This record gives sequence, structure tokens and C-alpha cells, in this order.
Amino acid sequence: MISQFFVLSQRGDNIVFRDYRGEVAKGSAEIFFRKVKFWKEDGQEEAPPVFNVDGVNYFHVKVVGLLFVATTRVNVSPSLVLELLQRIARVIKDYLGVLSEDSLRKNFVLVYELLDEVIDFGYMQTTSTEVLKSYIFNEPIMVDAARLQPLRPAAIFMQGTKRMPGTAITKSVVANEPGGRKREEIFVDIIEKISVTFSSSGYILTSEIDGTIQMKSYLTGNPEIRLALNEDLSIGRGGESANDYRSSYGSGAVILDDCNFVESVRLDSFDMDRTLALVPPDGEFPVMNYRMTQEFKPPFHINCLIEEAGHLKGEVILKVRAEFPSNITANTVVLEMPLPKYTTRASFELEPGVTGQRTDFKGANKKLEWDLEKFVGGVEHTLRAKLTFSQDLHANITKEAGPVSMTFTIPMYNVSRLQVKYLQIAKKSSSYNPYRWVRYVTQANSYVARI
Amino acid sequence: MAPPAQSQRSPSPSQPSGKSEVSDLKLQLRQLAGSRAPGVDDSKRELFKKVISYMTIGIDVSSLFGEMVMCSATSDIVLKKMCYLYVGNYAKVNPDLALLTINFLQRDCRDEDPMIRGLALRSLCSLRVANLVEYLVGPLGSGLKDGNSYVRMVAVMGVLKLYHISASTCIDADFPSILKHLMLHDSDTQVVANCLSALQEIWSAEASTSEEASREREALISKPVIYYLLNRIKEFSEWAQCLVLELVTKYVPSDSSEIFDIMNLLEDRLQHANGAVVLATIRVFLQLTLSMTDVHQQVYERIKAPLLTLVSSGSPEQSYAVLSHLHLLVMRAPYVFSSDYKHFYCQYNEPSYVKRLKLEMLTAVANESNTYEIVTELCEYAANVDIPIARESIRAVGKIALQQYDVNAIVDRLLQFLEMEKDYVTAEALVLVKDLLRKYPQWSHDCIAVVGNISSKNVQEPKAKAALIWMLGEYSQDMQDAPYVLESLVENWDEEHSAEVRLHLLTAVMRCFFKRPPETQSALGAALAAGIADFHQDVHDRALFYYRILRYNVSVAERVVNPPKQAVSVFADTQSSEIKDRIFDEFNSLSVLYQKPSYMFTDKEHRVPLEFADELGNLSIGEAANNVVPTQMVEENDKDLLLTTSEKEETKGSRNNGSAYTVPYDGSSTSVFASQAQIESAVSNPTLAGHSPQASFAIDDLLGLGIPATPAVPSPPQLKLNTKAALDPSTFQQKWRQLPVALSQEISVNPQGVAALTAPQALLRHMQSHSIHCIASGGQSPNFKFFFFAQKFEESSNYLVECVINTSSAKAQVKIKADDQNTSQDFSTLFESALSKFGTS
Repeated sequence: MISQFFVLSQRGDNIVFRDYRGEVAKGSAEIFFRKVKFWKEDGQEEAPPVFNVDGVNYFHVKVVGLLFVATTRVNVSPSLVLELLQRIARVIKDYLGVLSEDSLRKNFVLVYELLDEVIDFGYMQTTSTEVLKSYIFNEPIMVDAARLQPLRPAAIFMQGTKRMPGTAITKSVVANEPGGRKREEIFVDIIEKISVTFSSSGYILTSEIDGTIQMKSYLTGNPEIRLALNEDLSIGRGGESANDYRSSYGSGAVILDDCNFVESVRLDSFDMDRTLALVPPDGEFPVMNYRMTQEFKPPFHINCLIEEAGHLKGEVILKVRAEFPSNITANTVVLEMPLPKYTTRASFELEPGVTGQRTDFKGANKKLEWDLEKFVGGVEHTLRAKLTFSQDLHANITKEAGPVSMTFTIPMYNVSRLQVKYLQIAKKSSSYNPYRWVRYVTQANSYVARI
Repeated sequence: MAPPAQSQRSPSPSQPSGKSEVSDLKLQLRQLAGSRAPGVDDSKRELFKKVISYMTIGIDVSSLFGEMVMCSATSDIVLKKMCYLYVGNYAKVNPDLALLTINFLQRDCRDEDPMIRGLALRSLCSLRVANLVEYLVGPLGSGLKDGNSYVRMVAVMGVLKLYHISASTCIDADFPSILKHLMLHDSDTQVVANCLSALQEIWSAEASTSEEASREREALISKPVIYYLLNRIKEFSEWAQCLVLELVTKYVPSDSSEIFDIMNLLEDRLQHANGAVVLATIRVFLQLTLSMTDVHQQVYERIKAPLLTLVSSGSPEQSYAVLSHLHLLVMRAPYVFSSDYKHFYCQYNEPSYVKRLKLEMLTAVANESNTYEIVTELCEYAANVDIPIARESIRAVGKIALQQYDVNAIVDRLLQFLEMEKDYVTAEALVLVKDLLRKYPQWSHDCIAVVGNISSKNVQEPKAKAALIWMLGEYSQDMQDAPYVLESLVENWDEEHSAEVRLHLLTAVMRCFFKRPPETQSALGAALAAGIADFHQDVHDRALFYYRILRYNVSVAERVVNPPKQAVSVFADTQSSEIKDRIFDEFNSLSVLYQKPSYMFTDKEHRVPLEFADELGNLSIGEAANNVVPTQMVEENDKDLLLTTSEKEETKGSRNNGSAYTVPYDGSSTSVFASQAQIESAVSNPTLAGHSPQASFAIDDLLGLGIPATPAVPSPPQLKLNTKAALDPSTFQQKWRQLPVALSQEISVNPQGVAALTAPQALLRHMQSHSIHCIASGGQSPNFKFFFFAQKFEESSNYLVECVINTSSAKAQVKIKADDQNTSQDFSTLFESALSKFGTS
């Protein structure tokens, strides 16, 4: 049970504010924002998602730079409220197509309408986009998706010339296409976030894949769909230790440590032929989340060398090799590496003739940054940096720098080998042939090489 | 159509000065109010939007109330909704104007369109104006009977809203019993869920004043209701499922087969993508199996994978909430998670609050087989850019060293920290080395060699400096230049800002003096002089004390300051085990995230309704707070909760002794108790005051319940119990977890006993007179729960009993655990016989 719900902009402005029970003072948004902004005097630490000020519990989640907040005086389940906040954000996105400060401001009446149906007197009623449709009467006002270029929500799926309809992800579930007719289509996205830690000798210390099969349906008439996964997929690692990587490597089978499913999935034949059956509701939702610690081939190999190079000087050589096929290209690759505290200057040397790469030395937090717009499979890139220090080295220089961390997005590539074998839409008519999009993407969650 | 000319000049929302814009709007609304021109609704929509946008950014637009109401005579549902929103926001501050809206809202409540009926009813109930409640009863009554489930759903919440505006109106209209009927019969699950929410809130609030309400509240967790809800659980929305699961947590199944039925039914909820459903299910599993040690352990194994999956899917906020719960479980049963330690490694981009939890988990799960890897990992974090986390990583290494038997490798790591030459690393490591030496004096040789190389000038943090000085004093024998280092520190006395460091310095110089007198004498003189002149009271006092004891007798001084030391075996835990248990009882709530039981951060009236565990933790408080007026007693209770278990045990122990010598009680103590019981019932149940056990006995008799004149009492067996048995709660808990259930049975409680059991305290006294002592009790009529213990006469063999008494069914569920299994049957007979005499003597 919650007392209030509000959305704040990054600057702390109220975009939406709904008081359900009148138990918490109106100034709560301000109290909340001040607390979050100045959590610790040094500004180093982030405020936790839940905290208590004078008997009022504040919950918040950050979505596209906005703060979705709920308050209550009751000792509720934190997961319940945080899950709800996330779900409200998703429902709003389903309706507005794009979730941003701009779209919220343009559509706040619609948002209030949604909030009144989602929560009544602090109790959750429904968060199903499908159910809500019959209660919602305002039409969304579309914001220009093109203006959101820097975010490029659909771009993560773009792989060279194989284009995916980028607008789909920013389409409202209730709005009609300009032509008047709705386009029948369904998107199934396999999104894998990978975490790998390499030891200083290049050995893999830990690795994990956190995957989601996400679905967004624009099909009319709610047909049932069947989603078939790899037949050799198995779940649970039985007696083996979760961290025993050797045993399953190379056998070809996909072994999930564990997974969970959205309520509406029927698993009748899952054990037999690995198919999921469901009637996809409107809007975006995760069909299945899964977790794997089975060994996989890390998409990038990082090699880092840092050493002294004379009095008050040092040198860094950073080599990265893409271990995936050459028809695949990774996007927005960024490498970061903290340098010794007493580094005053860094001069960079890229390979001759490369384009689309950018280097930077952040003086404030002594960090080296290397951006690569594109990273083609099979290729290796090298960065050399010459460092200048303000004082003599005390101890081993490798103890003063690193680790190297990396973020990237690799469209149409997944490391787990989990696949959607087919996507079947059960509808009698032979002329009915909606667009089906199955998209894969691999992203770095925490990709770290120690030095 | 006459669109107002001003509408082109739309006021900018970025200028929230307000005044002129609001009067502008007022004018425009007034012009549109009467208009029937085509397209007027669109102009109204625009104006309404502006009004609501002002409302959102905090401009007071309540002065437009009249105009808004006038404009809302429309069939446009979007306009209606906006108007409802506006009215709901301002009705409370404008009760007179709110009256204006009643008319059209009541009319809309009878509209053909169920959407409009529902919306109007919701708005009507959201007005929150006390003097308008009379207008709510009618529409609510028909709303609850509406053929459309949307309207019923809204009406149910409306009843709850009405209850908060005027509880008596709600109760008088008999709405709660209508809700109860709907809850058990409505076909729509959201209506059912709303009824459950509303009833829980209403009955919990009423329970303090009405016995009937507290019975109704208990009825919600009765078998038929629980089973009805559980059997339909998959039809409920995921949020309603959480609500049902929360309720199931409070249900006490009668036997283990029931427990397994419930668990099998809920098994697949652990695979749900919604973390709230999974955590609620886990709480049910944990609660149900509390007294079944083996199954409880299996539950831990079973929930591991789903929890880890939830931690790694979802947003960082959601995973933090789940991780906090995982943290709690890891701290309770580290051995279950010892092979999963890699999941608790920190990722570089995680926020500090997540890293901190993970560090604690890594510390907890460290054992012989994984320590090397864990410590290696922690050492990586010591060089972390995030300094607070780096510090905590070092502390974690130290904690692992303190809890391990084989500390060889760890000591080397710690000593490497000292050589890292980062001041915060050195500082943390020094403190740790000091603690380590207190526990493992045998390592002094290796440590001192390294510590001796640290220049005290490089150590600035008070804690670290104090640790270094402590080691200089303690090991001055082995550190060549200890007296001279101390001397130079004494010379800089005035520059030392921390009183803690100066105190340590005094003691260290004293110790050094006894070990190496000639080299230290001058430093000691200087230190004592500086200490006596110190402005800090403690420093001054300690210096003066040292000075005087030295003058009195040097060898006495040595015995005082430099006694032979015993290695510390276990460092005190910061949180008592009772607090930890209470947090565990409040699984799946904020208590877990804050790592505090709810009474520490929540006002009484906002605690979760039906918190049985909450009452159970309340160890027989009534007796501790004698002769206090009822209002104070409530506060006393809260204070009592803050006491640690040992403190409570002391007060209780002394009481035990007092009464144990006088069996049966003398008259005076009985009368104290009687008045006590009255106060007790007056507090929890004012209507019951004056309701004596005899009276209810008479009523029972009138109803012809057939009370046997002399209950068939089994003859007491040979087992003799120790009248002065003592057992501290933590031992009890430990034993309760370890021992298997020797006997589990259902005992009938005779009607006199039921009548006498108005508060748990009554039974405690009675059982004590039979040498069966209570360690914890709680609950309210009709459900009471007790934990008893007894000891065999002249032997330290214990019997532990869990006894749940339901007064409405007059049954007691008894579980007995015993050190000596052979005699458990005898004890059970004794227990039954003692219980059967309750209320008759």
C-alpha cells in the first residue's frame, strides 16, 4: 500500500504528483529530492532506492533520467513497491510510445488517468496495459521520436544493412499509424547482459549471462503464440557447483542455471519440446528471464600493460581484440581505466589511419577513456598512452591503476547460443501473416580486466 | 462558439507566479460554462488541462472550484475525468464547495455506462469531507451490488475510504459484512482482493476496541478463507497474489501434511518473474517450516536459485531489494551459500549500498575451502577507486581472519596492506592487526616486525593511531625503538587532537615503563604531567589515577595496568540475536532493507495489520511493568522491546525466583496479578473490562456446552521437574532449531481454561506453579502462542514446548522437544495434566 506517487525530473521538478491517501505531507517531493541529491556530504555515494525520513518511507527507481517515487508510512514489501514503480513506468511507456520528460509533460492528463486506474486508495488494481485500455480515454500526444536521436532506443538492434524497423519500439499501443491502419507485428528480443572478470593473467575469474526474452506485441485479436527455444536447452545445474565452468564447455548444450517466467506463459510442453505458449497481452513485457554461469566465449579479449618509462613517466598499452565473426559489428564501445592518482598528463597514440575513435584523459578523477564507435569482429585495436606523473612512484605501479572496464553493445549476436527456433502465431486465416521480428543483442553489464 | 480571445496567449507554465493566470482561466471557464456551441468540449479540455498542470506544479487553483463544477455538466468522459481529478484534490479544503459536486456525482453514479458509474463513485468517495458522508452510503450500497465488476471494485475501495472519513458510518451501514460476503463469493478476483485489503485495514483498526472485530480479523486467517483464496491464487493479478500470500504467512496450519500441501501448491510461484510474488512465497515457506529443521534447510536450498536470478534480472533498484533479503538469509545460514560465493563478488559499477551488502555476505560465507579465493578477491577491492568500499574490503579481510582457524595466509595479506603505502589502507590494516593480535597473540612476532617499520608520522587517523600506540605499549619488549617512538609522541602531546589517542598514549607509556623502565622513565613523567594538565576530563582523570597508583605502590600499578592477558575468543556482535530474529520474522518488508525491526522506524498505527509475530516477540511484558496506568503501559511495552534479550532475562529471572519460592502464591501476589490482568485486558480490550472469567463460564454453562464437572485429569507420572529451572532465550532458540520434534499432539483445553485465558500472562503463572516456565508468549484472543521450557529435577535435561492455543476451538497444538527423548512422553502427560488444571484452581 502506498500513500503518494510522483515523478520528478532530473532537476527535481514535479512532473506528475498523485496523493492517494493524504497521510504524508505535501512537501514530500521536496524532502525526497533534497535527500537524494545530498545523500552524503562528499556527494560520492548514491542514495539507496529506499530510505526513511521522519517515519515516511521513500521508494524510487530511475527510468530514463526521471525519478519515479512512492511514499508510505507502512512497513510494506519493498519489492512490491519497487516492482510497481517499474511497472508504472512501463505502462506509461506503452501508452506514450516514448518515455521522456517531454512526453510526460505533453501527456500528463493521460498519465493521471492511468494512475487513477493503476492504484486506488494506495492499493494496486491493475498494471496490465491490456486491461487498462478499456478505462483510458485520452489519446496520447506523440512526441517527435527523431528528436530523441542521442538516445536512439532502437539503435541497439541495428546491424549494418540489416535494418530493423526502428520506430516500432517507440510506437504507442493505442495510437494508430498515420495511414489509419494498424500494422500487425510482433517483436521478440533476446537481450543478454554479460558480466566477465578477467584476472591480471587473462584468466576468467567469473562470468555470467543475465538474459531476458522480451516481447512487444501489436497483434489484434490476441492470438496465441508459440515460441520454440533450443531443444537441447536444460535448466538447473543439478549436483555440480554453480561455479564449475569446465564440465559443460564445448558440449553444445545450453544450460541455464535458473529462469523465471511471466504469469501468462503456459509451460505445458516446455519440459518436452522447450516451447512456451502464451497469449501476448498488449505492451512490452519480459516473457522469461534467465541466468547462466556456463562458460562462454567472451566477445572481447583485453590486454593491458602499464609500466614506468623513466623518471616521472609511465606508459600504458591497451589492446582489445573482438572474438566474434567479422560480419558482426559492435557499437558504442567504451574502455575506461583509472590511472595513478599523481598522473598529471596523458598523451595518446592511436593506430595510424583509424577513424571513429576518441580518447580522453579525465583530470578530475584521473581516468583514461577510449571510445570506439564501431568495432568489427575479428579485428584488434591498440591504444598507447604516455603518462606524466607529479611525484615518484612509491610501490608497484600496477597497484595504483586499473582495472580496465568496458561497455559495448553487439547487435544480432548472443553469447549464450540460446535461440528462438520459431515463432508461431495461431490464427486460422491463411492470409494473416503479421510481421515477426526476432532480434538478439549482447550488452556489457560489468566487463572488467584486472591488471 | 465564442472562443475567448485570450486563449491564444497561453500562460507559460514556466512562470508559476499564478495570480493573473488563474483569474484569466476563471474568466474563460465562466464563458464556456453555459455554452452549447459545437466544439466547446475541445476548448474546455484545453482549459482543464491548464488547470491541472497548474495544480501539478503546486499553484493553488482552488478558487476555480465553482467554475470547474459548472463546466463539468458534459457527456465527454475525458472532461469528466479531469474534473473528478480536480475535485478530488480540492474538495477537502473547500468542504462547502464540495457540496456543489455531490449532485452531479450522485447523478453520474446512476449513469448507464458502468465506466461513468465507477468513476463517479470513486470521485464521490475521494472527496474526504466528513459532513458529506451521508451522501455516500446510498451510492456505495448500490455500487457493491452493481452488475459490473468495475463498479464493485471501485465500491469496495470506496467503503474503505468511507471508513477513513467516518468509521462509525461505515460500520453502522454494515458494509464490512457485505465486503466479507463479496470476498467469499464474488466472481471477479480484483473485487475479492480489494475486499481483503479493505477488511484487513478495517478489522485491524477496529480490533483494539471491539472484540468482534478482532474475532473477524482472526477469521480472515482461518482455514476456510485461506484455502478458498489459495485454491484460486492463479486467477489473481500478481499484486493480489502478494496480498494473499501475505495473509497465508499468518496462517498456522494444523499439521505437517497441511504445510506440505500449501508448499506444493505454491511451488511454481517461485518461478514468477515478479520479485514481489517470489519473496512473498519465500516468506510463506520460511514461516511454515520454522519448526521443521530439515525442511527449513531444504527451503533455503530451493530458494537460492530463484533469488539469485531475481538479483541479476530487473532494475538495479529491484535487485537491491532482493539482494537485501538474500543477505539476511546468508547471514542466518552462511553454510548453505558457501559454494555460491562468486555471486557475491562486487562488480565495479555497482552502487556502494550493494557492494556493502556483498562484502558482508562474502565475509559470512568464508570457510576453509573458499577463504583463499575470497580473500584474494577482497584484496583486489582494497585498491578500489571508491575509498569507503576499499576500507570496508580491508575490514572484511580482517573479519574473516578473526573468524577462521587457519589465518596464516590472511595475516600475510594484511601485512601486505601495511606495505601498500596508501594512508587509508595502512590505517585500516593497523586497526585490524591490533584486533588480530588480541585474538591470536601467537602472531605477534610476524606482525610486530612489519608494524615496527611504520612511521607514526604517516598515520593520522585517530583509530589507526590508537591501534599503533596500543601495539607499541603492548609489545614494547619486541619493538626496539618503542620507548623512543612513544617519547616523541608524548613530546607532541599538544598537537594530538583526539582524546582517544591521548588516552591510549598514557596507557602505552605506562606499559612500556614496566617493561623497559630506564628508557621510558622520562617519557612517563612527561606524559603524566601533560595528561594531568589536559583539558579533557577523561584524559586528566586517567593521568591522575596513574600518577597516584604509582605513588601508592608500583607493583600494584603494574598489576592494574599490565596484567597477563587472555586472548579474546569472540568479539561481541553488534546486533543482538533477538533483533536479528525479529527482522527475520518481518521478512519481505522494509525491516530487512533497513536492518532494523519495524518498531524502530514505524509508528504503531502503521504497522502491517495482523502482525502476529510482532506480538509474539513481546516477551511477557505485562508482568514486568507493575502498577502503571494503562496509557503508560503502552509506552513501556515499546521501551521493553528495545531491551536486549539478556536484560529481559534478568528481570524475568528475578521474578521467577521470587515466585518459585512461594508455591502456591500467597494472597498478595495473586491480587497484584489480578489487577494486572485487568489492566492488561483494559488496554487490549476495553469492552472486556469487568468481564470476569466466572461470568463467561456461566454463559458457557447456560449454552449447555456440557462442561464435565471434574475434567478427566490423567494421573501425574513420576517425572519430577526442577522448580527453579533457568534457560536463556538464545539457548532455547538454539535447542529449538537443533532438536527434532519428539511429540506433537492436540490437547483439548477445558472451558474454564478458555475463559481464564484473556491474556497470555494468565497461563504463564499457572504453568509456572507446575514448574513449567514460559520463555515467550504472545497473541490475542482467540489465538495465543507460547514457548515453554522445563528441566528435569537435579538434571540439566530440558524440555521445550511450543503451544498454540485457539480459544474459540478450545484446542491446544503442542509440540514437544526434549534433550532426553525417552522421557518426552512422561513430560507430555505432565504438561497435559498441568494445562488441564488451568482455570479450575
